[in-house]
Amino acid sequence: MSDHTAPELSLAVFRQGFWRLLPISLFVAVFGAAFGLAAAQAGLPGREILLMSATVFAGTAQFAALEMWGTEVPVLPLLATTFAINARMLLMGATLYPWMSRLPPGRRYASLVVLSDANWAMNLNDLQSGRNALGALVGGGFALWLTWLAGTLAGMVFGSAITDPQALGVDMVMGCFMLSMVLAGRRTSRTVLAWVVGGMAAYAAYRWLPENSHVLVGALAGGLVGALWLEDKA
Amino acid sequence: MIAIESGGALLLIALMALVTLLTRLGGVLLMSFVPMGRRVEGFINAMAGSVLVAVLVPVAVKADAAGQLALLSTAVLMLLYRRPMLAIAAGILVAAVVRAV
Repeated sequence: MSDHTAPELSLAVFRQGFWRLLPISLFVAVFGAAFGLAAAQAGLPGREILLMSATVFAGTAQFAALEMWGTEVPVLPLLATTFAINARMLLMGATLYPWMSRLPPGRRYASLVVLSDANWAMNLNDLQSGRNALGALVGGGFALWLTWLAGTLAGMVFGSAITDPQALGVDMVMGCFMLSMVLAGRRTSRTVLAWVVGGMAAYAAYRWLPENSHVLVGALAGGLVGALWLEDKA
Repeated sequence: MIAIESGGALLLIALMALVTLLTRLGGVLLMSFVPMGRRVEGFINAMAGSVLVAVLVPVAVKADAAGQLALLSTAVLMLLYRRPMLAIAAGILVAAVVRAV
């Protein structure tokens, strides 16, 4: 990281990021629709469903919340589950720190409000390959938020019209996207070892440790590889 | 326990949104207290790819054969051409076709 200028965050890079993430966002909308339908079936009123999608904007945690929703909701388990599922975003944010730290605090934290898996992955690739801009994170995050909300609404309104998304392969979109982002990054024997160690640790945690701990365990194990095997000084 | 009547649901949604927002902002915030050195930087850089891999592991394990073939196609095309959109589209197509037959 020889360049120490703050990453660019202009209307132009925002627009670029929006369009680059829009294709994947359309698939996210399908999950939004599945959530809208499931939430309506769980008996949530429409304005609460939309409010949740607009303010929480985290699909897996929202689905998990539906499991606990009833006339009375256990608060601490709900919040603990929300935290456990979304804790991966703490790690994602941390990986952006070397670049984000060059922004003034206001812009830094405002940019993170729409942090999500897909836009983080794409923006990290950009930054690592020398594209010093936050368009994918912010513009792409806006695209994801908008389609997540639109999808939720569509699911509430046209819920019963949704055909099985699995038959169309839609459930694999996020997996294929994340995988392509792993392989789009710079590959050195050091990063590959970190993936292997991280992957094995994540698998072990997935099998034998409490639910939702696998990302934390895998990421920290992979990170240790990087802390112990230092990059040659550039 | 919070009853969802009389505004309880709105309170629950607000609390969920707050916890989620803290995870979005917290990573950068916490790192601002960590002195940056070569080891910390090495840790962060190696962790970046490992987060993705760790997210993927249960996806790959839980997927049916069609889903696993989809991931394999994406991986092969990425290694050959490095074109994410092409690789993702091919993966989804594989999953859809295998499930149709």
